[in-house]
Amino acid sequence: MWLDGAPVHSCITPAFRADGREVTTIEGLGRPGALHPVQRRFAQAPGFQCGFCTAGMIMTAAAFTEDQKEDLPRALKGNLCRCTGYRAIEDAVKGVGAVETAVPGKAVGRSVGAPAALDVVTGRAEFTMDTQIDGMLHLKVLHSPHAHARIVSVDKSAALAVPGVHRVYTWEDVPRRRFTTAIHTDHLVDPDDTYILDDTVRFAGQRVAAVLADTVGAAEEGCRRLAVEYEVLPAVFDPEAAMADGAPPLHGSPDPFVRDPVHNILLELHSHIGDVDAGFAAADVIHEGTYSSPRVQHAHLETHGSIAWIQDGRLNVRTSSQSPPIAKVKLEYLFGLRPDRLRVFCARVGGGFGGKQEVISEDLVALATLDTGRPTCLEYTREEEFTTASPRHPMTLTVKLGAKADGTLTAVQVRNVSNTGAYGNHGGETVYAGGAAVMIYRCPNKKYDAYSVYTNTVPSGALRGYGMTQPAFAVESAMDELARALHIDPLELRRRNIVRPGEPLLALHDGPDDVIFTEDGLARCIDLVEDALARTADRPPPGPEWLVGTGVASSLHETAPPTEHLSEAWVTLGDDLVYEVCVGTVEFGEGTSTAHVQIAADQLGTTPSRIRLVQSDTDRTGFDTGAFASAGLFVAGNAVLRAAGAVRDRILRFAAARTGVHVVLCTMDDDAVLCGDRRVPLAELVALARTGGIRFTAARKAYGSPRSVTSNTQGFRVAVHRVTGEIRILYSVQAADAGVIVNPAQVRGQVEGGVAQGIGFALTENHHLDAGGVMVNPTLRNYRIPAYADVPRTEVLLVDSGDSVGPMRSKGMAECCINPVAPALANAVHDATGVRFRALPLTPERVYGRLPAERPVPTG
Amino acid sequence: MDLNTVTEVVRRPSERPGTDWREGDAWLAGGTWLYSTEQPDLRRLIDLTALDWEPLVLTDEGLEIGATCTVRDLYAFPWPEDRTPGSLFRASCEAFLSSFKVWNAATVGGNICLSLPAGPMITLTVALEARYELWAADGSVRFVDALDFVTGDHRNVLAPGELLRRVTIPEHALRRRTAHRRFSLTRLGRSTVFLVGTRRPHASQLFLTVTAGTTRPVRIAFDSLPDARALRQSIEAVPADVWFADPNGTPDHRRHLTRHFAAEICRELTAGDPP
Repeated sequence: MWLDGAPVHSCITPAFRADGREVTTIEGLGRPGALHPVQRRFAQAPGFQCGFCTAGMIMTAAAFTEDQKEDLPRALKGNLCRCTGYRAIEDAVKGVGAVETAVPGKAVGRSVGAPAALDVVTGRAEFTMDTQIDGMLHLKVLHSPHAHARIVSVDKSAALAVPGVHRVYTWEDVPRRRFTTAIHTDHLVDPDDTYILDDTVRFAGQRVAAVLADTVGAAEEGCRRLAVEYEVLPAVFDPEAAMADGAPPLHGSPDPFVRDPVHNILLELHSHIGDVDAGFAAADVIHEGTYSSPRVQHAHLETHGSIAWIQDGRLNVRTSSQSPPIAKVKLEYLFGLRPDRLRVFCARVGGGFGGKQEVISEDLVALATLDTGRPTCLEYTREEEFTTASPRHPMTLTVKLGAKADGTLTAVQVRNVSNTGAYGNHGGETVYAGGAAVMIYRCPNKKYDAYSVYTNTVPSGALRGYGMTQPAFAVESAMDELARALHIDPLELRRRNIVRPGEPLLALHDGPDDVIFTEDGLARCIDLVEDALARTADRPPPGPEWLVGTGVASSLHETAPPTEHLSEAWVTLGDDLVYEVCVGTVEFGEGTSTAHVQIAADQLGTTPSRIRLVQSDTDRTGFDTGAFASAGLFVAGNAVLRAAGAVRDRILRFAAARTGVHVVLCTMDDDAVLCGDRRVPLAELVALARTGGIRFTAARKAYGSPRSVTSNTQGFRVAVHRVTGEIRILYSVQAADAGVIVNPAQVRGQVEGGVAQGIGFALTENHHLDAGGVMVNPTLRNYRIPAYADVPRTEVLLVDSGDSVGPMRSKGMAECCINPVAPALANAVHDATGVRFRALPLTPERVYGRLPAERPVPTG
Repeated sequence: MDLNTVTEVVRRPSERPGTDWREGDAWLAGGTWLYSTEQPDLRRLIDLTALDWEPLVLTDEGLEIGATCTVRDLYAFPWPEDRTPGSLFRASCEAFLSSFKVWNAATVGGNICLSLPAGPMITLTVALEARYELWAADGSVRFVDALDFVTGDHRNVLAPGELLRRVTIPEHALRRRTAHRRFSLTRLGRSTVFLVGTRRPHASQLFLTVTAGTTRPVRIAFDSLPDARALRQSIEAVPADVWFADPNGTPDHRRHLTRHFAAEICRELTAGDPP
């Protein structure tokens, strides 16, 4: 916001300093119909995805001097965006626009703007916490200081004596029902190992108690006054140590899902196709290496949070989730509620990236509201995000590859040890997903062994790339090492071994699958990246102390998860001649809303302006498994396509019957139907239909099967400083097969954002734990997600393919773009320095010590 | 963020505000750090900006910086051409992790009193041999060298109720040649190391100020221009426990970077000397 026209951060400005001064917020800068020029540019670029950072971006950019516009790395230091990768924000600041309009029936393929664009740039879009309810109470959580302890007692008396404190909840006050916080349609794919509040804490940061009070301040004071007696138990943080004999067992439960509770093994996978021993025996060259990917955080800018209240006797939960329908099912189960007794919905959600594929805030507000009848609110702090919300699984993978001298793979063997943390949410599915990294290459002999292991650390969860990012780092690094051992160009080695259309996609088993794959998208991605790297090869290094190299990596990804994924869409032509499209998919910046509107507009022969989207509300939309695994486009998009198509057919049949023109001669024409030569306005048809008791409406479901594959290849040219260990990205390119492109600007934005997030995970983000398993740096100032200055521009090259079974032959793109980023970087650093880094992140203090002291200046 | 334990703000403190000091108080300047993190031990804030201390006064004796001078004002100060370190002042402001928006409120004194290893106002004022004027709660005044003020990570010599009133940079320091180097783990991130070398014109005395990489500022003084070996030995002589470990750097890397950048600074400050 601005104070007397000068931009300041409202969160660190004492409120009294605004006394007597002019305060300007995004709402005051401009409004729909009278936009400030910077608001218009952010809508036109479009310079946002989830929109949570947009108010700050616009208020900052609108205050820039001309000099600051020329130095955006410095001028935008104080503005973080986790979605866009910043190119789109630069465009917005500089007035470069990509948003296009569409003529009726031709919205797909155009970069039309997001339905919420005007609301986002004017501050009118409501995020989860942007509301006020009279009499609302606030929850604060007391977190465990110990990584493993039994709660002997909790003395609530001093906390309850704090003025304004209403309740203190401990394990004794919650339903004794185990559940999993992970969101999947099939709840059986995750273990039921979690209580809302437990009498044992298994990681530092776990909930011990929750205090409900009139104000956040009183609830915090209540937490400080709780006297908790712990019996501290031995803790184990490393998964290999946790599997060893004598390690402290975390979960003594007899849950049949857990494979080996004594050795903390949640799940073991052993798959073997062909005979790897014979494959290695036949190899000319064998490479083996162990690669590790650390814990990293989503850092979506809107933290988790939920608000619950009772209305007309029903529980209402407004929440920041990637799946209100599954959150609803879990609350029904936990609190024994009949399905019609509750509603769960989202306003706009400020980023997710998988972090909100969990139920970790809804349970406490539901508990408190059901108990007291009062509205209650729980909003995570940033620190709680880092210490308690589910980060990416740390994985250590040993990859062994065998190949003939010509590069033909003879054996692929992977051992994956994944750290699921204290609970098993997503612990199993992510190691299954990791099989994709062995699927990408054709080889008759494949072995994949995986262990998902409990440790006394924050529970891991879903994060963009979902169990494939870490194995991609391992396998794609190993392929690079193999290429060097074989003296074959790394791209050429891939070209010789990638699966091609017609060949089976073999990961964990050799059997029937539901994946349709008929075009060679990955090979074309490889070609495009090779050309792009060659085209830019003559760019000079930053200076004589910099070592320069290039690296590549590829990935292959199925367009929907292997577990059950379904979505239902309802389309209705209203009396206002606007089509209402109701679909459960949540919008948190992934852009499915725009795509759904485009798909519906095309089916109905109209423009996006005639589509009204109703979304993510269990009272107003049908079931939707959730916006994850890129299913928002692929599955929910198909539901929208089919429902819109059904309404179109119904209108055309009605028009044909009324006019006597055969239905094959009737077509949609924006606000009318062309029946032969005659143009019949929709208004007339709707009025006629109404008199006959007919409504133009349809519902359709879509499933995550059959599936397609999407693929990509990332290339980097980097410079590594010989002395300091600093890595600079000189050039970044990603080629992707996204099928038919629904919205070019959005696809580009997703790839750029995924690459930027991948760069953060590979280069700057570091989740430090102390010896007691407590995170040392749970703040954005010490856990550094990329800022504007840290992110290079990425050239995005799209392969057009037509083999998708998604809506309009499109493929979801938001997920897989991150997978090749880290290995391409590590491969480039190796090419530059001759040193192989097999553990992320590649921060300068980890790099410098291994660099060669002196290296002759390359010539020629 | 909301500081929920703070129930009172003294918006019009007396000219000598230390006399009212009590436990649970904090001096409030820009507030940009105080409001950035929980402060459960605080009950009351005393607003020093209400005292309207003169931000910047350039005299024949040197530069006086009022403790509540904002970083914005320092950055924008119109330097006379004959004072050399204008670029060092600007570089020190740019060394903040925070953006220009924070500079609109953050103060020079606040950064010094926060006493983080990476505090760039500490780097600047130590390098330029500043003296700090401190006002004790009982009204007495004392002066300390900038070098002696910060004693460790987030620790300094201030007694309860004592405040930093003014920073004075002596005239002779404003006429030194300076060279500086900074490194951070991200492009414009918080300093891993921030080094400043200063040299009297036409003299061989050289000061090397090492900050951010050390828990407290370290000054290495050379009466004559050091050769590579002397420079390296002087850095090796810094006690091992002074090298700072935090998420912005490791002690080994910081010592390594210090060796590298110290050599670069010496080269820069001796460039143009007769062989």
